[in-house]
Amino acid sequence: MREERLRRTMMFVPGNNPAMIKDAGIYGADSIMFDLEDAVSLAEKDAARFLISEAIKTQDYGEAELVVRVNGQDTPYYHNDVLAMVKAGIEVIRLPKVESAEMIKQLEQDTLVAEKKFGKEIGSTHLMAAIESAKGVLNAPEIATASSRMIGIALSAEDYTTDMKTHRYPDGAELEFARNMILHAARAAGIAAFDTVFTNMDDVEGFYRETRYIHQLGFDGKSLVNPRQIPMVNEVYAPTKTEIEKARDVIFAIEEAHAKGSGVISMNGQMVDKPVVLRAQRVMRLAVASNLIDKEGNYLGK
Amino acid sequence: MENKKKQTNFDEVLSEYQYEPFRSTKIGNPIVQRVAPRVHVTTGENKIVKSLKEVVKKTVHDGMTISFHHHFRNGDFVFNQVMRIILDEEIKGLTLAPSSLTGVMNELVIEAIKAGTITNITSSGMRGSLGDFISHGGLKKPVIFRSHGNRARAIEHGDIKIDVAFLGVPNSDELGNANGMHGEAVFGSLGYALMDAQYADKVVLITDNIVDYPNTPASIKQTQVDYIVKVDRVGDPNKIGSDATRFTKDPKELKIAKTVNDVIVNSKYFKNDFSFQTGSGGAALAVTRYLRQAMIDNQIKASFALGGITKPTTDLLKEGLIKKVMDVQDFDKGAAEAMQSEENQQEIDASWYADPDNKGAMVDQLDVAILSALEIDTNFNVNVMSGSDGVIRGAIGGHQDAGTAKMTIISAPLVRGRIATVVPKVTTVVTPGESIDVLVTEYGVAINPKRQDLIEQLSNIPNVPIYTIEQLQELAEQKVGTPEPLEFTDRNVALVEYRDGTLIDTIKEIKD
Amino acid sequence: MEIKSTAMAGTLESSDIQITISSNKSGIQIDLNSDVAKIFGKQIKKVIIESLNALEIKNAKVKAVDQGALDCVIRARTLAAAQRATHTAEEPEWEVF
Repeated sequence: MREERLRRTMMFVPGNNPAMIKDAGIYGADSIMFDLEDAVSLAEKDAARFLISEAIKTQDYGEAELVVRVNGQDTPYYHNDVLAMVKAGIEVIRLPKVESAEMIKQLEQDTLVAEKKFGKEIGSTHLMAAIESAKGVLNAPEIATASSRMIGIALSAEDYTTDMKTHRYPDGAELEFARNMILHAARAAGIAAFDTVFTNMDDVEGFYRETRYIHQLGFDGKSLVNPRQIPMVNEVYAPTKTEIEKARDVIFAIEEAHAKGSGVISMNGQMVDKPVVLRAQRVMRLAVASNLIDKEGNYLGK
Repeated sequence: MENKKKQTNFDEVLSEYQYEPFRSTKIGNPIVQRVAPRVHVTTGENKIVKSLKEVVKKTVHDGMTISFHHHFRNGDFVFNQVMRIILDEEIKGLTLAPSSLTGVMNELVIEAIKAGTITNITSSGMRGSLGDFISHGGLKKPVIFRSHGNRARAIEHGDIKIDVAFLGVPNSDELGNANGMHGEAVFGSLGYALMDAQYADKVVLITDNIVDYPNTPASIKQTQVDYIVKVDRVGDPNKIGSDATRFTKDPKELKIAKTVNDVIVNSKYFKNDFSFQTGSGGAALAVTRYLRQAMIDNQIKASFALGGITKPTTDLLKEGLIKKVMDVQDFDKGAAEAMQSEENQQEIDASWYADPDNKGAMVDQLDVAILSALEIDTNFNVNVMSGSDGVIRGAIGGHQDAGTAKMTIISAPLVRGRIATVVPKVTTVVTPGESIDVLVTEYGVAINPKRQDLIEQLSNIPNVPIYTIEQLQELAEQKVGTPEPLEFTDRNVALVEYRDGTLIDTIKEIKD
Repeated sequence: MEIKSTAMAGTLESSDIQITISSNKSGIQIDLNSDVAKIFGKQIKKVIIESLNALEIKNAKVKAVDQGALDCVIRARTLAAAQRATHTAEEPEWEVF
């Protein structure tokens, strides 16, 4: 299994907007998703490709994972998008409107061809799928496992709700099945699960409600349309003081066991299970990402 | 070599214009002598003059110093009416000494310079076509830029001796009792104009609204006023307020504002009865909004807010989060209206606000100031005067004055378009690095190394990375590239005073 | 490559640069309009010329209206305009990517 990284926030950046592309790195998004698809008009696909490509090659986006949403496989832009982005060295290609494992296998093949063509390390380009239809949701498990390059799947609710002959409601009941399906498919495949965007910037309360909900379900994070949403998501995902202190104790116990050369980790005389260890490690990663602990692991929050 | 040449030139300027060089932000305790105006004694009859033309003919003569205030900002109808008559009367050799120059005045100032009507200017700043004209050597004698506090000091010292002050007001009675709060073109505080009313030899009020005697509250008093002229309109109320009242939605500005708030809240100054000053503009207003929440969350109240006031600040006053607003000017209609309704919103003059040669100015009591910058260099020197093209496009305002706060925060983006804000050396030094404590950018914060206490207090704020100012400068240069140096001639087009009247920098004519 | 028709890429938004490329009898001729021309004019022209050289365009008239674009944007817009002007936008020259 690939090393798990934090993917709380995947920020959409319109692919033909130099000002936004320039500033994309300052908001602390875990992933930056440059968009060649919906955010770029048909007449500007070629220009956006150049722009994103130059930005990826020259701009410093720090620790953020760089993702590009290419145009769909049913469009004339798809092939050049894949070629250009692999050449530029993108980390992840996000394919929209994925309905089957075959589509991912096709993308895998096209990516491989591009890597060979441009002398890139084979397998260095990762993939993810956006699920936007009933068919896609039902096929989520096979989509998630369609390629070893897959790092995640995302729900895209606008198209999905249309396909389902409904629209989005504040309580999100219409997305319940899709969210759980995608989340299970991702967890079973050992990859990340991303929740859909929330577009009404004026409904801060609604955004928090939805984010708390998907956090509770177990999603890795959310796709975001506005950088202002990043601190809100991070706030929801930030571990509490108690969680951090508990996790710290577990980590100390692990270190102690390692120091003793013992395979058995124990705390207060009780054995620590693997899930507890994994959760502790995840809490500490979140605590570091949220700047809630200093270098020694001491809690810094209020 | 370059530096040596620059230094020689600076020394020449010092001796030519009889300046002391800037040495320190500390004023000390000198004993100074103030001047007093000449008074033409009257019992107050017949102050009303029928026309502007008549009053100009009565009062303005070749070689005089005339003044205006800029409280109407871009809605000003007074300056151009008066200046047109002065031009028509072919008066020559005037010194123009307004509190500042706004865009609507530009064309007539240029015309008056070309006609020889204006031969000297002192101002807080200038923008647009006038800045361009001056930067290209349009005026023979260098413009003198002074902060609001320094203008008050210069007037009190007699460095600026105003012969005639033309002061537009939205109301006055027949003897000259007036304020900025009632009428059509209201702007609230008359703070800057109060200096002129107190020290000019002749004070002319220009109003579109004569009210019953006696008019109260009287910010300008009948004891100070020589003449009153009624005109059709003194200003356009829609252009007086800046559009600063809208909260920004720009995520970058919000991020900077949030960080400024984090810096304040985590500093030792954030405690009950702290005081602060913010400017206008989107980011400053957003800071006020974040600060409001932090004050509520921590149950902290501010003793006073100072300076140019905006509606978000007067809202905090109404909410009881700020005890007093000390108001030298109002940036928007909301703040101007609050001036009437809030008894704890006190009008203050520029001397009370910021004059360094004083028995204690308000800025001396200030804990936190949030200021902007066009450029800031690795010595923390700030430029708010000249643009990246070397052309004058700004104003000192209260920058040097509020810079003396216990914690002065510069809030600015690291880069604007392709222009770096953090640079190795500012084009023009306006506020010395000695008085700047913290720089907040969208990438992170730099703290003046002389403030080890702040470095300690601010080093562990979640999501607020601390850099050295050199690191931020390098980061900016890495993003935009290395600019070619600007080319100037040897000619001085402007002198920049520090608030104590010493010379801190000069601005040269730009070579195109 | 030869310029086949006049083509444009980029916008007049902040941080962008609008590049218009048309044919020229001999050499590369750049008409630059930028607020930062004094301090970055040479660099902007250099990036435009290098981008055109990469596509082996020897003769072109370039009109550049700059709104404070970074080098990477200048290069992207020049390449896009040039590929449009040479009618190769959908068969890009992969070498220059």
